[in-house]
Amino acid sequence: MLHWLPEDVSPYGGGIDALFRLIYYLTAAVFLTVTIVMVVFLFWYRHQEGRRATYTHGNTTVEIIWTVIPAAIFIWLGFASKSIWEAIKMTIPPTDTEIRVTAKQFNWEIRYPGPDGQFDTADDKQVDNEVHIPVGKPIRVILKSRDVIHSFFLPNLRFKQDAVPGREIIAWFQANKPGKYEIPCAELCGFGHSGMKGWLHALSTEDYQKWVHEQWPGISSSTPTRAQLAIPEETPLPSSMPPA
Amino acid sequence: MSEAGAIAAHTGHAVYPKELGFLRTYFFSLDHKMIGKQFLFLSLIMLVFGGLMAMLIRWELAWPETPLPLIGASQQFIEKGEPQTGMDQTWQEWLSKDDIEQNWLVKNLPTGAVTASFYNSLFTMHATIMIFFVVMPFLVGGFGNFLIPLMIGAGDMAFPVLNMLSFWVAVPASVLMLYSFFVPGGAAAGGWTMYATLSAKAQYSGVEWGVNLWIISLTILSVSSLLGSINYITTVINMRAPGMTWFRLPLIIWALFITAILLLLALPVLTAALAMLLFDRTMGTSFFLPEGGGEPLLWQHLFWFFGHPEVYILVLPAMGVTSEILSTFSRKPIFGYHAMVFSMIALAFLSWLVWGHHMFQSGMNPALGTAFMLTTMVIAVPSAIKTFNWLGTLWGGNIQFTCPMLFALGFVSNFVIGGLSGIYMASTPVDIYIHDTYFIVAHFHYVVAGIIFGMFAALYYWFPKMFGRMMNERLGKIHFILTYIFFNGAFFPMHFLGVAGHMRRIYNPMQYEFLSHMQWWNQFITYSAFCLFLSQLPFVYNFFWSLFAGPRAESNPWRANTLEWSTPSPPGHGNFAITPTVYRGPYEYSSPLVKEDWLPQDHRLGPEATAAIR
Repeated sequence: MLHWLPEDVSPYGGGIDALFRLIYYLTAAVFLTVTIVMVVFLFWYRHQEGRRATYTHGNTTVEIIWTVIPAAIFIWLGFASKSIWEAIKMTIPPTDTEIRVTAKQFNWEIRYPGPDGQFDTADDKQVDNEVHIPVGKPIRVILKSRDVIHSFFLPNLRFKQDAVPGREIIAWFQANKPGKYEIPCAELCGFGHSGMKGWLHALSTEDYQKWVHEQWPGISSSTPTRAQLAIPEETPLPSSMPPA
Repeated sequence: MSEAGAIAAHTGHAVYPKELGFLRTYFFSLDHKMIGKQFLFLSLIMLVFGGLMAMLIRWELAWPETPLPLIGASQQFIEKGEPQTGMDQTWQEWLSKDDIEQNWLVKNLPTGAVTASFYNSLFTMHATIMIFFVVMPFLVGGFGNFLIPLMIGAGDMAFPVLNMLSFWVAVPASVLMLYSFFVPGGAAAGGWTMYATLSAKAQYSGVEWGVNLWIISLTILSVSSLLGSINYITTVINMRAPGMTWFRLPLIIWALFITAILLLLALPVLTAALAMLLFDRTMGTSFFLPEGGGEPLLWQHLFWFFGHPEVYILVLPAMGVTSEILSTFSRKPIFGYHAMVFSMIALAFLSWLVWGHHMFQSGMNPALGTAFMLTTMVIAVPSAIKTFNWLGTLWGGNIQFTCPMLFALGFVSNFVIGGLSGIYMASTPVDIYIHDTYFIVAHFHYVVAGIIFGMFAALYYWFPKMFGRMMNERLGKIHFILTYIFFNGAFFPMHFLGVAGHMRRIYNPMQYEFLSHMQWWNQFITYSAFCLFLSQLPFVYNFFWSLFAGPRAESNPWRANTLEWSTPSPPGHGNFAITPTVYRGPYEYSSPLVKEDWLPQDHRLGPEATAAIR
């Protein structure tokens, strides 16, 4: 069933998919064991005239065994998930590429800061539903919404984050392979929810430079440096804190 | 007072006159058994509506924006506008009218194809109806009412008038919910979770009064549930027969008692949230609207603080039913009675601490996500304990494959799948990908729609006690096999769709390129769902035929131990001629003390058996 997972092109998708696989094999093993035991019991202990069922009210030892073992597995799974989750949602790798996505019924409004690296300045560019990013670079994304809750979903990048009106949610994703990837909205947002989608164009470094030149002609190709933007290395995400 | 007098006062025999009029017997009855049956019929009627909505949803997903068979216009008419069939002419006539608001069909199903707005209303109302108007009234209202007094040895509920009111309050709530389809703007279309801000302003969803009626209907229904839960709690605490100690209670009574406590505590949270939502919509407040200083996530916190206990409100009674039936038909005591009771208490307690697992991707602080992941992992443990104890009950049994037993086994099998698939979304990183996809839809249908197996198990098992007649076993088995096959055919492939990333609540999956290779699964699921719907026909026939013409049931057809089987089938008003005395637990099957393989709770053993114990 896992072969239906869409191709993963993200840096953290490997961790997600590995965990998915682990849980898949674990639950499949439990499911098969329980089903086989049940079917065998149903066959062995089917009604036979003159037979009497075993008179027992249970067994404390087996109760303890089948309480402790699942508990240990579940808690271990919890800790295995924790580090992957923190790497995706609670930290952001250093990056100089930033976009702002403002969801609205029923489009993704994409805003690029332009060469000065600042939003809401004259050199900003804004389009609907088309995201252009360089491949192999973390993209810092500021998610906002104008009206209702939407959810920015990138199946191939294993990224999903709700956009909530009244909040600025900061997240990150990265494409490691050039290509064109669909961006559906994953949270019901009204009668036009179905079909609200955009495209992510992950471009090779040369193609991306070409695209930047087309968008901002006459401006030198150099993207602003980290120092200019005052972005510290390895920032913890201030996500989900409402704006002051 | 003489002993007989005390008994009469206790069972309430002195209170009720022998003959009541038609209205007092069938409509405004104070008898818990009649009220239970009223809830049962209400939920069966609503089940038909909820099921039909599911069929429309499935049609749309398999063949998006295509006219329905029989009532839809032909493809040729849609493309060229030239009517050919009779239906084409009817549609042409309807479509040519100026005001489409005047014709409900033209507004919601132009040319017979479901519109996007109507589709959103359909899945919203399908979920709302199935959860609040089918599963809850069937198991909690119906069987809760019918079973609690009978199984604890009481003459009736503690508050018969409250009990009657709890049903008659549920009726207008149901009517209002269905009626909301016919107000301008249509029924609520924000999903059963009704997330703000989509639900908090009419302009966002395009639904004006539909959402208001949804809120009002659920508020009325929560009054009904509150009246019922107060009654259940009081009755179980105060009216148990002599000798019916807490740990001699049947597990279904434990389940219903715990459910009633959850209802009492959870519903006020929903009611408060609903009131705030209604104020936001109609009075200009901003509880959930950021432009006025509100917080959309507040709705999610409140809704899921109610919503997760609600899941256990739905599933605990089905677990109780399953425990009763597995023990009876394995002819064996339930394995680990105390572990079963304490795991239900643990589920109820932990259900208050896991609501955030619905909100991992909501923008809630991700550190909270880790905390909720751990509580969610912990709540899986009591569910695992219950499953293992059910298997332990089968071990060494003398298993009779009756209809109730088959449905109870079906419930266990579905619950195993639903429980295991929950682990995927409990893990926060995996949830990033599968959140809001069909993987979630598959999961909660295995748990919540799987409850229908518990419902059928209960109905086949207690039908003889309720109506005094037996149901047909052969038809019941056909019903089971078809339902089991098509249930899995309909819901298991939804996992595959989820793995491929198929979002839930989308009107037309073919709008997405990355889903195009999965569309045949959507069609497979739809065929299975249609067959699942048709598989209920043997049940409908069996139910009504048995109701009027089934063979008369004896008082204890299944040779079961619990107190309801010591009354006549059906029991008279007041239930017990004399209050039973309880001597032992409910699951003394194949006891070495007696020759038979059952030993009723109220059966007093002679001196020789008592000597054998020592």
